Amino acid sequence: MDIIGHMQPESFLPLPEAAFHILMAVAEEDRHGYGIIQDVAAGTNGALKLSAGTLYRSIQRMLEQGLLIETGDRPSPEDDDERRRYYRITPFGREVAKAEARRLAQLVRMARRSGFAEGKA
Amino acid sequence: MMYRALLHLYPKSFRIEYESEMSAVFSRRLRDASGIGLLSIWIGAFFDVLINAAHVHLDLFFHDLRYFARTLRQSPGYALTVVAIAGLGIGATTAAFSIADHVLLRALPFADADRLVTVWEKMPRYSRTEMSPANYRDWKEQSRSFEAFGAYSDFSVNLVGEGEPERLTGSVISSDIMPTLGVKPGVGRWFTEQDDRKGAPGTIVLSYTLWQTRFGGSAAVLGKKIQIDNEPCTVVGVMPAGFSFPSRDIDLWMPLRQFGMFGDEFEDPDRTNTYLVGLAKLKRGVSLDQANSELAGIAARLEQQFPKELSKVSAMAVNLRDMVSDKSRTMLWALLAASMCVLLIACANLASLLLARARGRRKELAVRAAMGAGRERLVRQLLTESLLLAIAGGALGILIAVTATPLFAALAPTRLPITALPSPDARVLGFAMLATVFTGLAFGVFPALRATRGTDLREGSRSGVGGRRERIRGMLVIAEIGASVVLLVCSGLLIRAMMRIQGIDPGFRPDRVLTLMTPVTGQRYANTVPRVAFYHRVLNDVRALPGVDSAAYITSLPMVWHGGIWSIGVNGQPPSDATGQKASMRFISPDFFQTLGVPLLLGRDVAESDVLASPMVAVVSQSFVKQYWPGENPLGKHFTCAMLDRIIVGVVGDVRVRGLEQPSEPQVYLPYQQVKDGWVTPYVPTNLAIHISGDPAGIAAAVRRIVFSAEPQMPVTNVRMLDEIVAAETASRKAQLIVLGGFAGIAFLLAAIGIHGLLSYAVSQRTQEIGVRVALGATRANILKLITGQAFALALIGISIGTAAAYGSGRELQSLLAGVSPNDPDAFSAGILLALAMTAAGSIIPAVRAVRVDPATALRSE
Repeated sequence: MDIIGHMQPESFLPLPEAAFHILMAVAEEDRHGYGIIQDVAAGTNGALKLSAGTLYRSIQRMLEQGLLIETGDRPSPEDDDERRRYYRITPFGREVAKAEARRLAQLVRMARRSGFAEGKA
Repeated sequence: MMYRALLHLYPKSFRIEYESEMSAVFSRRLRDASGIGLLSIWIGAFFDVLINAAHVHLDLFFHDLRYFARTLRQSPGYALTVVAIAGLGIGATTAAFSIADHVLLRALPFADADRLVTVWEKMPRYSRTEMSPANYRDWKEQSRSFEAFGAYSDFSVNLVGEGEPERLTGSVISSDIMPTLGVKPGVGRWFTEQDDRKGAPGTIVLSYTLWQTRFGGSAAVLGKKIQIDNEPCTVVGVMPAGFSFPSRDIDLWMPLRQFGMFGDEFEDPDRTNTYLVGLAKLKRGVSLDQANSELAGIAARLEQQFPKELSKVSAMAVNLRDMVSDKSRTMLWALLAASMCVLLIACANLASLLLARARGRRKELAVRAAMGAGRERLVRQLLTESLLLAIAGGALGILIAVTATPLFAALAPTRLPITALPSPDARVLGFAMLATVFTGLAFGVFPALRATRGTDLREGSRSGVGGRRERIRGMLVIAEIGASVVLLVCSGLLIRAMMRIQGIDPGFRPDRVLTLMTPVTGQRYANTVPRVAFYHRVLNDVRALPGVDSAAYITSLPMVWHGGIWSIGVNGQPPSDATGQKASMRFISPDFFQTLGVPLLLGRDVAESDVLASPMVAVVSQSFVKQYWPGENPLGKHFTCAMLDRIIVGVVGDVRVRGLEQPSEPQVYLPYQQVKDGWVTPYVPTNLAIHISGDPAGIAAAVRRIVFSAEPQMPVTNVRMLDEIVAAETASRKAQLIVLGGFAGIAFLLAAIGIHGLLSYAVSQRTQEIGVRVALGATRANILKLITGQAFALALIGISIGTAAAYGSGRELQSLLAGVSPNDPDAFSAGILLALAMTAAGSIIPAVRAVRVDPATALRSE
């Protein structure tokens, strides 16, 4: 917490799969927990269904790490549910997500070179 | 609802934060599903919570751990102090537990050990005595309480023809005992009934140690014939390592009935010659009390049958485990209690330390609380810290316990078939772990709850919370002082008891007396003539050595053998056990009294002219005369002892035959040439005592050569100075004192640290106040009084409580005090003075600091 300021995004890599998915889910707009689960499910065609336990454990840790913040801004009254908390990606969270994406891209490039994946190296 | 209950597996802080969110998500899931899907969601949720809750706990733990590591780097001295104090407390308790458990609690290493009993005769004035063979036979035949009933007796033999002649301690034992114990020989076999009968060829079973040291651990030893007291015996088996019975350090076993020197229960009609100990196993479902009342009934019938021999002789069975003397038992419990005191003092000290530290961390805790950490989170953090410190302390404690345990070796009685030292095993480790967790919680919970109370409020309400906290620390210090007073006084009482015992006159002068043993036994020396020839030759040569003043033979040295007790008949009455007139009987050569410095008060010493053919004479002790002929001239009086009529020719001073702490029977000394033929162990003189003015080692070597030239196959054993034998009398007391004194010392130190900590804290809190006082004209003496007054007020309360508790503990220890009163004023005043000194020592540095407070700086600081 108190040392976040000095942390490099790279020090969080590799990001746990759930955390990366959560960051991607909140990249465009603030979402609440169930919204994240739905978005992740939709994005992976139902292959990844985050459980409540995994979701909130990840969220708790990401809040601590400063990748997310809870936000008081509610999108629109009719969508809102009193109980829900909304989560927003922090600039630092974005940095980390980008770093993770670079890492994965690098990995895929290497896989191509070895012939494990299609496409040009 | 059920889901919410499941969420309780999470740490509270997490649950409070996400409970409703997670429930909402879960109910959405439920809403979207139906039928089989519902079930799978429930199962999935169950494992989801289980796994993730564990993860969250672990995350918190690592979080606390990192936090803890950081605080440690900031104040390593604090952590070291805590670990050292916890280590001392846990170490002391673990060491004391391991020995108490070893001697008192743990089952003996035999099958159904709780059903094993030893069987004894019970006579007035004796706690227990051995059985006669005839009684053994009748009790065994008539009793129905036991599924097996054997007997054994100790004996010593010479082992010759295998290198140096050696004196060995053995046990003659009936063949049915070993199956009762459920132990099998490691090599070969145990005795059969064929071996265990009169006239059977000699057989022998070796201990593992003897097998290793003397026979190189070779299996070829089976079937080998070895010379035991010049009789060939065939080795039939070797017992496994670590096995010992009936007591520690037994070298070998021989069958009871085959061993010629001991009577046969089927033939020996003498019911007063008692030397067998019974070992029996209770039938399942039969209690010790039932067995004892049956035995008492049998003994009562036998008493009617043999009213003379068995007058007032009853029988009793004692659990094998309870062979430990009451003294050992009391001492071990006392040590365990003392170690608990040390642990409690350590905990009080640690709690006090943590309270003070928590005080210093209030700001930090308040900040964390403000940042959203719940109280539960902070308590958890503090508890994690104290448990981690306790675990480090526990590791150190185990190390201390393992290193310290050898100090306790002298506390394990040799009469039990157990090793001298407990080995640290799972049980002891388990205990250490319990002590560790107890310590961690005891010193952690309370300060943690205290420290986090009201963390949500503003920093600075010092007088309110701080004052209460100081009062609690004050109570902790009182407890520490009280407990150390108890330990100090009890150690003092034991020191007084030891001084009293060491001040007891043994009746002889033990210094400059070299003693050794030449076991003149076996067929070759069954008769007096060859034996006396040996004595003459050895004594003459020894007396001629330079540096030797005098030398003499005796059956057994005082304080070494407590047996040899005979009934006495005076005034024409035959000796009878019923009259309780008993004396301790020894055969001696001339010069014995001179050698040991026993004063000859009347008449003459035994003489070379007192032979079998001349009248049977005796020298008796003063108490013997006092008992039978008070105020009369005893010379020329007759009495019967050891089957013959004897005339008193001399009177000597009394000797403490049974040791310094026990009263001894009156003593009767008979001339060494008047031992009847065929009367062998244990009465023939085998011990040589030499009063020397030269170098003991040189003389001992010369004596060995003399014995070797007189009889090459004669072992020379037990070479030691007589004062060592006397010192051994108090050896176990010394060990007890060292341990208890060590505990008291630790307690003393910890309490002083506690006082120091409390006062230092108080001074630092009151710097401003002190500054104001000095500014207003208070003198140094006033300030000193202010600070030390607090310490001594606490000390006085602690000392009063401790003194009362010490009085109670002293009474519990009474059996160890050798007549010293449990409210001995010296022990109490010493304990109280030490407690005051400890208070003063703990106050010095804080008091000096208080006196040095500069009013200007103190006032400016705030």
